[in-house]
Amino acid sequence: MKPSHLAPHSARGREHWLPILQQAIQEVFELMLACSLEVPTQPLPNQGLDTTSIVGLAGELCGILTIRCNARTAAGMASRMLGTDMEGAGPEKWDALGEICNMVAGNFKNKIAGLGDGCMLSAPTVITGADYSLHAMISDEVRTVLLFEGEPVVLSLEVHR
Amino acid sequence: MDKLRALIVDDSSVMRKIVERSLRQSGLGIAQVFEAGNGVEALATLQKNQVDLILCDINMPVMDGLEFVKRLAGVENAKGVPVVMITTEGSEGHVVKALSAGARGYIRKPFTPEQVKEHVLPVLEPKPLEPKPLEPKL
Repeated sequence: MKPSHLAPHSARGREHWLPILQQAIQEVFELMLACSLEVPTQPLPNQGLDTTSIVGLAGELCGILTIRCNARTAAGMASRMLGTDMEGAGPEKWDALGEICNMVAGNFKNKIAGLGDGCMLSAPTVITGADYSLHAMISDEVRTVLLFEGEPVVLSLEVHR
Repeated sequence: MDKLRALIVDDSSVMRKIVERSLRQSGLGIAQVFEAGNGVEALATLQKNQVDLILCDINMPVMDGLEFVKRLAGVENAKGVPVVMITTEGSEGHVVKALSAGARGYIRKPFTPEQVKEHVLPVLEPKPLEPKPLEPKL
């Protein structure tokens, strides 16, 4: 699957962002991990999501994009990306998760007409452990839950109004 | 026979591995791959080694990809070596900046090995010779 560029979307048309965000992450998984994410058929619990990768956005769009999952899912993503077994991913799994988040953020902003040049991305950060609160001073959130090998992956874009 | 020497510049070791894997899968004949984590490391690598192709990220610490490409003009070992940018920064403005700085190609992340080949192959083809001005006949 080649990354597609949707019809122009204004940075203000945030009601259209959810499908774009979903497409952005799907393309990253299909192209870089050679697999698809599935849409869950029932609500999933939020517990146990102890691995978070974050990329900041600054400029015309300010906020953060996060991907949360459990540690086993994180290791599974990294091993798929690296083409190794789960144990073989080692410390590089944090790098892999950060790059996935970075590519999703970049792919998303490239699909919003006029945003590519006006929005910068930070270097990715990965947090492990679930016992923390993130206060990003945001006012809008676009959020979706998808399944990677049956386990939840929560993708969230939190932005300033 | 594999004979191509490539330099991959990216601050992510995972991305360097993926780009290398894509290059090797592309069937372009990769003999040797050098790696660098930023523009400064890449310039140092080029002082000691000759390469045929450079694949370079844009957003990197210490020295970013655009600055690195601009500085290549002053590196003897890099004269005429094609540079292909591989980056998440896929906007038209970034592409124009990269090509103006001296890059010959541009690949957006995420990418497939086929896309790497598709973008690298044309830049490896020798450039047509520039026509020399005709000497006036006396």
